Amino acid sequence: METKLKDILREKKPAILKRWFDVVMETYPAEAAGFYKGAKNRFTGPVGYTIHEGIDGLIDGLINEVPFEELSPLLDSIIKIRAVQKFSPSQAVAFIFHLKKIASEEVENVSSAHSAIDAATLSTFESKIDDLALTAFDLYMQAREKINELKVEEAKNMVYRLIQRQNQLYEMQGQGPKIETLNLK
Amino acid sequence: MAKLPKPEQLSKVEYKLPGKRWMNTPVEFKEGMYCNGTRPDYLETVDFPNPRKWAPSDEDWKLPENWKEIVLNGMKERLEKYRSFRLFMDICVRCGACADKCQFYLGTGDPKNMPVLRAELMRSVYRRYFTASGKMLGKLAGGRELTLDVLKEWWYYFYQCSECRRCSVFCPYGIDQAEITMIGREILNLLGLNTDWIAGPVANCYMKGNHLGLEPHTIKSNFEFMVDDIEEITGIKVEPSFNRKGAEILFVAPSGDMFGDPGTFTCMGYMMLFHELGLDYTWSTFASEGGNFGSFTSMEMGKRLNYKIYAEAKRLGVKWIIGGECGHMWRVVNQYMDTWNGPADFLEVPVSPITGTRFENAKSTKMVHIAEFTADLIKHGKLKLDPSRNDHLKVTFHDSCNTSRGMGILDEPRYIIKNVCNHFYEMPEDTIREKTFCCGSGSGLNAAENMELRMRGGFPRANAVKYVQQTHGVNMLANICAIDRAALPTLMNYWVPGVDVAGLHELVGNALVMKGEKERTQDLRLEDLPEKEGAENV
Repeated sequence: METKLKDILREKKPAILKRWFDVVMETYPAEAAGFYKGAKNRFTGPVGYTIHEGIDGLIDGLINEVPFEELSPLLDSIIKIRAVQKFSPSQAVAFIFHLKKIASEEVENVSSAHSAIDAATLSTFESKIDDLALTAFDLYMQAREKINELKVEEAKNMVYRLIQRQNQLYEMQGQGPKIETLNLK
Repeated sequence: MAKLPKPEQLSKVEYKLPGKRWMNTPVEFKEGMYCNGTRPDYLETVDFPNPRKWAPSDEDWKLPENWKEIVLNGMKERLEKYRSFRLFMDICVRCGACADKCQFYLGTGDPKNMPVLRAELMRSVYRRYFTASGKMLGKLAGGRELTLDVLKEWWYYFYQCSECRRCSVFCPYGIDQAEITMIGREILNLLGLNTDWIAGPVANCYMKGNHLGLEPHTIKSNFEFMVDDIEEITGIKVEPSFNRKGAEILFVAPSGDMFGDPGTFTCMGYMMLFHELGLDYTWSTFASEGGNFGSFTSMEMGKRLNYKIYAEAKRLGVKWIIGGECGHMWRVVNQYMDTWNGPADFLEVPVSPITGTRFENAKSTKMVHIAEFTADLIKHGKLKLDPSRNDHLKVTFHDSCNTSRGMGILDEPRYIIKNVCNHFYEMPEDTIREKTFCCGSGSGLNAAENMELRMRGGFPRANAVKYVQQTHGVNMLANICAIDRAALPTLMNYWVPGVDVAGLHELVGNALVMKGEKERTQDLRLEDLPEKEGAENV
């Protein structure tokens, strides 16, 4: 990424962070958003904190061109929350795209620099955000699949010894199939 | 080409504030946030009213015609019976201190999950029908009519509260929201409005003594697996006895420890400890459940299920009782058992046969928590321990709501962990001891169909675990509650992968040096101890 764009984004980061956080919060009911925005203590306001820290780190990561693998845990922490909050898949990940609009508007606002940033440079940055959105969708799917997997796992664990006993009986009688080998996942 | 919506349109969720005030806004049943309704046979088993097939999402809940009268009479009866209930209905000043203390509110952001508002759902009805100002002024005095929508709202939100009492720690008046929820549920049960997940274990417990409804031979044969595993690990064959008359001590544990992982490892720990001490104890296959889902239903049902513990103690002729690692079992023992089914005059004040310690705190119930028992043994140097066998574990401790806030067991488990493990790290202050966050699944919320609710309610707990994972590399979450052992693995797996869950006595069992044991190469999970890996092949 061009140094000039990086400089502008760094300078504008506080504004970008605030606007992006506000946009994410707008996806919650007013009462919840008000609470999440106000309570950003790591332990007593974990939802607001996690989302704020997450998008803060994502912005830094995008500006500093941090490898995607390092950004993924930050994104994952946000997506996991949204995956259990009754959003549709598109609603859960759409906040990523807002960053494009916010970032380009903030860059444009720096009037003196405006002419210096050409469309191609900005577009490179924006395509990174697209990549982030695609990753977000993968993470969303992983989280939902995890939830379903956990339901099955939990049911099995609760009666683990009974399943073990049942399997032993089957073995003794030369019968199958073992419960563990059934396709429960 | 079709016109695609823009991202900002896509992400826009319609959250227009309702035109009406909260009192008049009907509840919306959101999937993943509530449990299934009770099937009829569970209610029939315990002679509960209105057994029928129903689903919470149904328009028609098939209630008796006079349901309103039943509810109001139920409230009246309880207002007269429980001074605490009337007080809690009267004294809240809505200061809001409780609001952001509830993990369900922290996790869901739903205002009706603020303890103050959850209670207000019932208080508003109390004002309308039981206070002079409410009767005369109605809404102006904060009263509201009891309608079907209100009843549905009660059901939805009283089954989204885990009765953890975190809010009551912060309430300047000490209002116990858990008791309001308990009474709310009790009143709902007058109409057959329970959840399947709670009513099933209640019916099973009532008929067979444990949540799964397992019979004596099944229980016994399940223990054989654990006994075999202990022998494989230690070379020692422990010999638990069942329903043995004349034993000194009756041991009652949550049945989850007998059948479910990781609870069974805790159960192995109990048996190893008792064997090493040569304790004269017995299990009961009838009082085979410390847990009491009846207490999530009504006081009366709680009492009926709790009765079996003293009945078995009497039948077997034991002197006193030790209770295993269970959460709400201890809330029941500590707060209710003595007046429900006590005093247990036929038992003796518990005295440890090993240390001679007289458990004055249990002189009325005659029932000692195993963490107290074991901590006393360690304090008196009665156990040979090798904490290095837990060196592969970096442990933190989750205070269960019921044992911490319900009875004040805070230091014993920590004392034990510090003696059986070399790596122990506390979670941040605001998230432990009296201020502990709930697992999100207590009070019968640990079903599968409300998984989203559980994940959201448990998020504050998981978030604090994540912190110690990141700062200290914690990989084991210890606890003294069977619902924790069932629910926390799921919570960890979702939010903090890499952190496992163990009962306290699993860690004790790992560290306990038993007389005549072979060199340990495996922990209680039959996993190789790191430094002993492959030792057998050398």
